[in-house]
Amino acid sequence: MFIQIFFGYCALMITLSGILAISLRNPVHCVLMVLVLFFHMAGLYLTLNAEFLAAVQIIVYAGAILVLYLFVLFLVSLREELHLDAFIANPWIGRVIAGGLAAALLYVIPAFTLGEKGVWSVEAIKQVTHTKALGQEMYSTYLLPFEIGGLILLVALIGGLALARRDEGATEANAADEATTPLPAQSDHKEAAQ
Amino acid sequence: MNILLLLVWIIILFAVVMLHVAYATYFERKIIGHMQVRLGPMRVGWHGLLQPIADGVKSFFKEDIIPANADRPTFLAAPIICLVAMMTSLAVLPFAKGWVLADINIGLLFIFAMSSLSSYGVVLAGWASNSKFSFLGGLRSMAQVISYEIAMGLSLVGVMLLSGSLNLSEIVEAQGNSILGMYLIPQCIGFFVFFISMLAETNRVPFDLPEAETELVSGYCTEYSGMRYAIFFMAEYIGMMVMASIGTVCFLGGWNGPFAVPFFPPLWFVLKIYLFMFIFIWIRATLPRYRYDQLMDLGWKLLIPLALANIVLTACLKAMIG
Repeated sequence: MFIQIFFGYCALMITLSGILAISLRNPVHCVLMVLVLFFHMAGLYLTLNAEFLAAVQIIVYAGAILVLYLFVLFLVSLREELHLDAFIANPWIGRVIAGGLAAALLYVIPAFTLGEKGVWSVEAIKQVTHTKALGQEMYSTYLLPFEIGGLILLVALIGGLALARRDEGATEANAADEATTPLPAQSDHKEAAQ
Repeated sequence: MNILLLLVWIIILFAVVMLHVAYATYFERKIIGHMQVRLGPMRVGWHGLLQPIADGVKSFFKEDIIPANADRPTFLAAPIICLVAMMTSLAVLPFAKGWVLADINIGLLFIFAMSSLSSYGVVLAGWASNSKFSFLGGLRSMAQVISYEIAMGLSLVGVMLLSGSLNLSEIVEAQGNSILGMYLIPQCIGFFVFFISMLAETNRVPFDLPEAETELVSGYCTEYSGMRYAIFFMAEYIGMMVMASIGTVCFLGGWNGPFAVPFFPPLWFVLKIYLFMFIFIWIRATLPRYRYDQLMDLGWKLLIPLALANIVLTACLKAMIG
């Protein structure tokens, strides 16, 4: 009973904060709404006994990724807010498409069938604790996908380094070209520091 | 009935911690005073013993000023986010055998999660104040906390490897009763990294750049006054306590001591925390502040590689020995 109420609360808050995150005017408030959303997702994981996943959700998503988003938002001047021209002039066309998509998704829900139950039932996980179960599975059954994932991340990391590290002999025009976007914000902060 | 009992425990813990926070400020002023050959607070009560209470009453009755152009809801919420995050991590700390509010399996990760949340309070305070000093303080704090959280997490992986658990009580049990069992000895590199990143995480000297008073007035809390300012202060001191407790639990053997104390089992735990707090204050009285690029260099080029090397070393040793 308690679990159901908790699930209902989390689901409600996830939808609400998700809607607020895309509808609030101030980007920083939007990021805060996403923070609330992440917390309730962690709550949902807890109802499934996946406590390790819940902790990682908060440490990685709320503690690192979202903070980096905030960083980017702070470095962009929010006062001159970005205005994009609407892709489709009439908002009603967009609403109809969104409504149709939602209806299609709802229509296929009855076709959903539960998959086979694996070795790790709720009781089994409770016995060995979620962290241990996850670690054992990841480093034995799913070792290859895990290593491939690690390799992809490493490639991305090296790519990021290569992009961030400018060539010693790069032309000045090239450097100036790369620096156009962050420049106004940087000069702002230099002023502030003085 | 169970819930009532739990509530009583929570209230007791809250009261004890708040009292500790109040007197930690007193000890800090006293110790720094004596280290600088002056007396520290002397006027209120015997040797200034009532000073923290006087300070508390004063800040409680002070006017709460909100800057006109501040982002009001965020400005009001920021100190509370800070305090709540710090207070929540108290729930999983084992003060003695069985003296823990929530004995959860992911205790260590939970504390990381909460300490990363508390950085939001600082960042949002800096942004919402709409002042340049505050904003710079907030940005500095954010960059610092992100960088040093990695080093800190990695430095504790060695402890997790040795004890085979994330549960704080089990980590203490795994260290056994003798001095040789303490993870301080096999994990001396981990402790070194942990100790430095602990100072940086709590924004203490020599890493107190977010509130460097010589350059940023008082950083992210420049625009705060009265009780809200005091809440930031409380959060900082509870943060120090929580970090000291993690250090005690993971490296100094938690509540275990040379002999068992009959009526007050957490005595050794409390003494070890006091030792950490004293070192915090001692460092503040001794060391000058780091420059910002030095801070980043230290974190990324020294501490993180060192912590990674420690993980590899510990894992290899553990695989070879047992």
